[in-house]
Order: sequence, then C-alpha cells, then structure tokens
Amino acid sequence: MPAVIHLDAVSKTYQSGDVEVHAVRSVSLEIHAGEFVAIMGASGSGKSSMMNMLGCLDRPTSGTYLLDGIDVSKLDRNQLADIRNQKIGFIFQGFNLLARTTALENVELPMFYARRDIPAKEQRERAMKALETVGIGKRSDHHPNQLSGGQQQRVAIARALVNQPALLLADEPTGNLDSRTSVEIMDAFQDLNNQGMTIVMVTHEPDIAAYTKRNIVMRDGVIVTDKAVTTRTSAKEELRRLDEEHAAAQLIPS
Amino acid sequence: MKLGPTFRLAARALRRNKMRSLLTMLGIIIGVGAVIAMVGIGNGARAQVEAQIASLGQNMILIFSGSTTSSGVRTGYGGSGTLKIDDAMAILREVPGVVAVSPEIRSFSQVAAGNQNWYSQLLGESPEYFDMRQWPLTSGAGFTDQEVRAAAKVVIIGKTTATQLFGTADPVGQIIRIKNVPFMVTGLLKSKGMSLMGNDQDDVAIVPYTTAMKRLTGDTKLRSINVQAAIADDIPQVQQQINALLRQRHGITPGRDDDFTVRSQQDIAEMATAQSKIMTLLLASIACVSLVVGGIGIMNIMLVSVTERTREIGIRMAVGAHGRDILMQFLIEAVTLSSLSGALGIGLGFGTSSALSRFMGWPTQVPLIWVGVAFGVSALIGVGFGLYPAWKAAALDPIDALRYE
Repeated sequence: MPAVIHLDAVSKTYQSGDVEVHAVRSVSLEIHAGEFVAIMGASGSGKSSMMNMLGCLDRPTSGTYLLDGIDVSKLDRNQLADIRNQKIGFIFQGFNLLARTTALENVELPMFYARRDIPAKEQRERAMKALETVGIGKRSDHHPNQLSGGQQQRVAIARALVNQPALLLADEPTGNLDSRTSVEIMDAFQDLNNQGMTIVMVTHEPDIAAYTKRNIVMRDGVIVTDKAVTTRTSAKEELRRLDEEHAAAQLIPS
Repeated sequence: MKLGPTFRLAARALRRNKMRSLLTMLGIIIGVGAVIAMVGIGNGARAQVEAQIASLGQNMILIFSGSTTSSGVRTGYGGSGTLKIDDAMAILREVPGVVAVSPEIRSFSQVAAGNQNWYSQLLGESPEYFDMRQWPLTSGAGFTDQEVRAAAKVVIIGKTTATQLFGTADPVGQIIRIKNVPFMVTGLLKSKGMSLMGNDQDDVAIVPYTTAMKRLTGDTKLRSINVQAAIADDIPQVQQQINALLRQRHGITPGRDDDFTVRSQQDIAEMATAQSKIMTLLLASIACVSLVVGGIGIMNIMLVSVTERTREIGIRMAVGAHGRDILMQFLIEAVTLSSLSGALGIGLGFGTSSALSRFMGWPTQVPLIWVGVAFGVSALIGVGFGLYPAWKAAALDPIDALRYE
C-alpha cells in the first residue's frame, strides 16, 4: 500500500527582497494511511510552509511530493485546486466558515466545486451525513455566528470530510478553543482516525500533540525529531476525567 | 461549477447588502430610464411627424416651380412660376403610374360672409385634390369637372374658416365673398389639424384652379403641382420620369439646372424627421454618459466587495475553486446587478414616458427593440465593468487570501 504522503527531498525557498529564505530544506517524509501525525515547531520553523505544501496550496521549489500516489509537485493552479477538492480536507484554526451561510451550505461547498456534477439532492444528503458524523446534525440550518467555537469547528470538520478525502489537514485546530472543547475536537479526530482516516495536524501545544500517534518536530526547515507517541492520551478518558472533576467540584460545598 | 447555482449565489450576495446594491444600481437605473424615456419622446415626436406626413395624402409627389438649387438667382419653391397647366396635364397623360394630378395655385386673401370676415389661405385645385389628400367632406360635395371647365364661382372651405365666418351653422349653400367676388360654398372639409410646419390646414378656402386663375389671381402660372402615384414603390421612378418630362417640356439642355423641384412625400418626411433624430441622438448620448458613470459605480463596488470577501475567496479556493469559478462568481454578480438595474430602468423609463404623455401631452412611444437594447447594454456594462474586479479576485493567491484579516 503506497504512502498517503511521500516527500522526497522537498525544499521551499522564498524570495524576500534580495534575501532567499529557506523555509523548508530538503525534507523527506512518509506518512501512511491510517496515521495520525502532529507536526510541531516554533514559529519560523517551517511548519506553516510544510503545511501549505502538504495541502497543495503551494508547490515545492524542488523535490517530489506524491499525494496518494499522485505527483503533485508539478501540477498547475487548477490541477492543484482539483487535488485539494478531492484528496484533502482542510481544518483551520479560525474555522474559516462562510459567514451568513448555514452549516449545511458550508458543508456543501466542496461539492459545489467538484468537477463531477453532484445532484443537489445527493449534495444535501452527503452534507447532512457529514454533519451527523461530527454530532451536529441538529444545527444544520444555523449560521456560524449562531454556533459556539467548538460547533463551528465541527462544521469545518464535516466540510473537510464531505468529499471523502485521503487526508485531513488540520492547522492549529484547537488554537481558538477552550481546553474542554479542544479535547472534544481531539475526540472527534481520534474517532475519525480509528475509522481509518489519515490526519496530519500542525500544533504547538505538546498536550494536544499527545493525542496523536506520531510527533514530528521541525526547526529551521528540517525535521529534528520524528517519533511515535508512546503514552498516547485518549480523548474519551480525558473527557470522563474532566466530567468527574466537574462533578466533584459541584459536591464541594462552597 | 454550474451557472444556475452561481446565479443564486450572486443573488444572495447582493441581498446581503441591500442598500449598497440599490445605491450601486441607481446609476444604471437612471441611465437606462433616461435612455428609454428619451427614445420614447423622440419616437413619439417622430410618430407625430409621420402622421402629419401621412395627412399630406397617399403616395404624393409635389412639384414646385423654381428651384432652391438653381445657379444665379435663387427664387425658392413656387417663386418663379415656371409650371403651367399644360405641364400638369402632360404629367397625367404621359407618365405611367400617375393616377391623378392637381395643379395648385396658392394665395392669401380676405374672405367675408355677412358681417364676418377672415383672412384665409386660398387654394386653386382640381376636383381630384380631395381624394389625393384623403381629405373628406363633412357636408356638401366636391368640385365637378363642369365647374372646373366653367371656372365656376364655387368654394369648399376648411373647418376653421367655416367657424370664423358662420360659427356652428352649416356653411353649405351660403355665399362668401373673396376679393369682392361672391362664391357659393359647396362643401365643408373635415378637420385635418396642423401641418408639418405648424400651420392650421383647416384655415383654407379651396376653389377650382381655373377659377383661381381667371377670377382671383389673374395669373396662368402655377405655384406647384400635386401628383399622386398609384403604388408607393413606384414613386422614385415616377419622380424621375416627371423630372425628365418637365426638363424636355421646358427645353432645359443637359448640364443646366432644373427650373422646378420634385419632392416626394418620403423626401419631405425625411427632412422633417432628420431634426427630431438629431435631437433624440443628442439626448440619448447624454443618457449614455449616465450609463458609463453607473458602470464605474458597479466596478467600484465590486472592487470593494472583492477586498471585503478576500477570506471567502481563500476558503473557496482552498476547497477546490478554480480561478475561473471565482471569476464567474464575481462576474455574474456584476451582471446580475447591472441587468437588474436595466430591468428597473426600463420600468422607470416607461413610467417617465407615460407620465410625460399624460401630464405634458407629449406623444411618447417606446419601441420594443429599445427595451431589448437597453437590457442588453446594461448586461454588457456588467460584464465590462465587472471583469476587472472579478479578474482581480480570481488572481488572488489562496494562501494570502486565507490569511487575510
């Protein structure tokens, strides 16, 4: 079985004025189906550039990138857009939902840009199913500003899932959420991963990275650490623990 | 990406900023409204002119003596009196396609009846004149050939003249005096209204041309000859033949100017409508300026909209929108905006136009083709002025667009 992500000596160089900035330096990496990977690093470590390349929003300056067996390092703008549409589900820190558009319509958006015509009825059904998968089916007609942060991120996850991508890419998905909601989102990620979804997540929080199976740390454009997570946190247990703490707090007379 | 959903998308985006959309549309609405109203007024005026031309009669050709284009002395139409009765008879006899002629003598004179008197236009015509000009009598009868041969002292008067002399009473059978010669009124003409030049055509007293020559002017020269052609399509040909015949009869050698002028009804119509056309064109071009200004307004708002929605564009691109999809989205938004304005402008134009005809009494008439043109032009304005903002949106880099705050 081929790797979902196969990077071979991938570099990214930006021209900033007269200075060449080497954001990513000859990185080779393989991520297989069913993995749940956290990419960590300080700002300026190259993880954002890495993320943009992995997400086919940007092309590497040199090297080869095979996504789900397809060489995407030489594709043009439109071909990259199609790859993003079909192969990748994006989840952003700021949710990036369309304002004044219902949750359902937000989730339908990737199907709107599918190159294959999807009947309106099927779009609706698939979007509804995706919303139900992330446990927010009842709020399908709400606008983003009527939803909490956690709910908005769930809508974003539903949108990422709706075209059945090969890869979920999450950029600081818990950055705008409180700790309990963050755990809930990680719970959703772990569930999806258990069902076989490959997830790559950028984060700078080690306790969030602990929910994944593999941690990659970048510094100055290269991978400095790449190791499997030995003591993995279970989001379900963490939630139970938080509930118990909450219940205990209720019992303590003030 | 499908067109239908994209239109729905555009409609929704415009509805979100109702006030802004409406204000943006105003420029085009006023522009299109003005164009439609102007065209309506212009066409109404033309229709009125055409009705007046038609009141000349059917398939009429007018021959004036003298020529405004003759070298040397310029005499003006009807000035030099080069046409004779024989010319008129020759035309009727020799030019195929001519069904009737009426030699015309024109002067002005005091007419009197009882203790009333009035200054009227005096015409000498043949019996066919009334048919040619499609000018029926409301009472009495036309001239007879006998009356023409005898230069009888009979007169047919117009509505205005009749009213001035006899009030509401029937003038037929009464006597009026023209230049102190008593004439018997044998007919009263139906009202014909104003002529092209704005003269009251009903202010007239018509006698047989022979009578006019013998008893009133004492002159055997004609001011003009009215000719009626059988078929409208034959008119240019008939005109040519009349021209050739008269040149021959008047002994005009080749190279020298005519001493008469032949004008068809169409020629006269063209001259009369040329002016109103210029006026319409002028007004319409001013209205077009408003359309261009409206288009710039659309471009401005679309540019603002693209900037405002940079993040939305980023999201759309991230989930797989091509540049072309984004281009179409904004272009269709601009076109929807401008077409909607066009439709509203057409409504406004019709409203203005009918208000003008109701309250100012201006005849207006908006041809349907202009409705189509106005709508098409406003849609094109949307494309023209929407293209740059849409192109700008499509050229955005998804990474930058997603990061845009």
